[in-house]
Amino acid sequence: MVILFSSKPSIIACGAVAGPVENKSVFYSYFDSVSEDERWGQKTNEQGHSKMIQEACDIVMKKADLKNLDVDFFLSGDLVNQMTPTNFAARELAISFIGLFSACATSVSSVIIASLLTEVGASQFAIAGAASQHNAIERQFRYPIDYGAQKPATAQWTVTAAGYALIGKHDPALPSVVAATVGKVVDYGEVSPFHMGGAMAPAAYDTITSHLKKRHQKITDYDLIMTGDLGKIGLKILKAMFAQTDAKQEELEVFRDAGAEFYGEDEAFQSGASGAGCSASVYFSYIEQQMKTGRYKRVLLVATGALLSPMSFQQGETIPCTAHAIEITME
Amino acid sequence: MFVFYSFLIAFIVGGLICVVGQLIMDVGKLTPGHTLVILVVAGAILDGLGFYEPLIDFAGAGATVPITSFGNSLTHGALAEAEKHGWVGVLTGMFEVTSSGISAAIVFGFIAALIFKPKGKAN
Amino acid sequence: MDPQEYQQIEQQITPPTPYLKNALKAFLVGGIICAIGQAITFLYIIFFDFTDITAGNATVATMVFISMILTGLGLYRKLGAFAGAGSAVPVTGFGNAVVSAAIEGKTEGFVLGVGGNMFKLAGSVILFGVGSAFFIALIKLILVSMGVLEW
Repeated sequence: MVILFSSKPSIIACGAVAGPVENKSVFYSYFDSVSEDERWGQKTNEQGHSKMIQEACDIVMKKADLKNLDVDFFLSGDLVNQMTPTNFAARELAISFIGLFSACATSVSSVIIASLLTEVGASQFAIAGAASQHNAIERQFRYPIDYGAQKPATAQWTVTAAGYALIGKHDPALPSVVAATVGKVVDYGEVSPFHMGGAMAPAAYDTITSHLKKRHQKITDYDLIMTGDLGKIGLKILKAMFAQTDAKQEELEVFRDAGAEFYGEDEAFQSGASGAGCSASVYFSYIEQQMKTGRYKRVLLVATGALLSPMSFQQGETIPCTAHAIEITME
Repeated sequence: MFVFYSFLIAFIVGGLICVVGQLIMDVGKLTPGHTLVILVVAGAILDGLGFYEPLIDFAGAGATVPITSFGNSLTHGALAEAEKHGWVGVLTGMFEVTSSGISAAIVFGFIAALIFKPKGKAN
Repeated sequence: MDPQEYQQIEQQITPPTPYLKNALKAFLVGGIICAIGQAITFLYIIFFDFTDITAGNATVATMVFISMILTGLGLYRKLGAFAGAGSAVPVTGFGNAVVSAAIEGKTEGFVLGVGGNMFKLAGSVILFGVGSAFFIALIKLILVSMGVLEW
């Protein structure tokens, strides 16, 4: 389903924070702050996760010269059960809060809601984004952190990072949201939590083709189509899907993936990065800055999410996925 | 010479049992949990058939170190007591002969929780 | 695009499991761990006057102790990522499973967290080990009392 934003809400400011392992990221220099401690001085991983979210939001407000009182809405989510790190951060931020779960696609779904609130005039300033903390999530979804499990080449590393954007009224000097596509849930029968890229690629394909069709656009109308965390292998699969439907080589060059590039060529991270914080931290730092410098004029950010739980996997279910897209332009 | 020979046999037999485990995981597409369960049960069955003790005599640590030996110890204990005391022996015997491995894991797990903090850094 | 077409594309691009390489790594690491176990067994027999049987038990306990240290220092993880079954199948792997779960449960306290979570991975090994030992011994007992077998 495509939404058109005639008022073109703008991204006024962004904040991206990451953890110690992320100093290996190729996007490191674009982040606002990188912590040496994966728990931000807190006792548990979940508390550290929460502190990281707060810090990212504080950075956003500082950049826009706003106080918590001035912000109308806080829209966010994470991958921990019941999103408690986000909930506790929301308590500290004391901003009207809507929690959202789109797994790793929350970075974009939150911006879509924030843009809608701005479009109808309900919100002057809304903070939207997502975050993930490696330890808290691996513990919940896979194995204890110190367990010696062997991972296949398709596995991805959950990042410790948070990315938030302040959405407000249109400003021609800033990147603006002109349209969005809310993804459907797509399930092509993938069962392995170690092959998320393969699970999510069909959802990304569905959302992108749907957006292009409803907007009467071609791939080359965009300077960049960046998916969230398909990873190196998932991105190849996505490109192959488009190649199958006769996309040309120069069209395929438009595609990039935040997860595939996040840790560069380091093989320790296998197929690349994943996690709600992956797309969020890259979109709301690197992409925002590239658009402000004029390198990209029209981008489609397609965050992908795998909607499984540890129990659904144990019950033998497949992995249903979704992808949400926002179209951002810079005049 | 005997020493070198026994290291070699331990290495080969232990290695082969691990290869079986790896194939269960890769070809059978099963989790480590499933794989260990299969191997433990296999050890139990082999002892029931009388094959595991000779394997230990032959391969030493190559047979006592893999998880299959848990199944063997548990069954061996149960069988020994069953011979002496009938069906009550089946229950009591299991943990008499066994799992210095299981007890060690419990005790050291507790101690580790006292001293260590989980780490999350990349490989 | 229909699921079948997609499966084909996915299979073409997904790198195949390196069966041989994994088996070799498992063989090497598993073999080395067992050889180390053999050395420890010898030490117990020679220096501490253990018998073959008691040396076997002591070896297993010692190896679990070693895996506790390696797990706590974050080293067993790296070994496991490389060796797969080579580090999971020896008792050190069992120790790693219990110890890693115990360490992680600390944030929920010792009773609910450590005690409640410790056997997350290893519990099924204990369950099926005990279960199969019980049934096998019972079956043999029945067969012996029927006169089919002898102890």
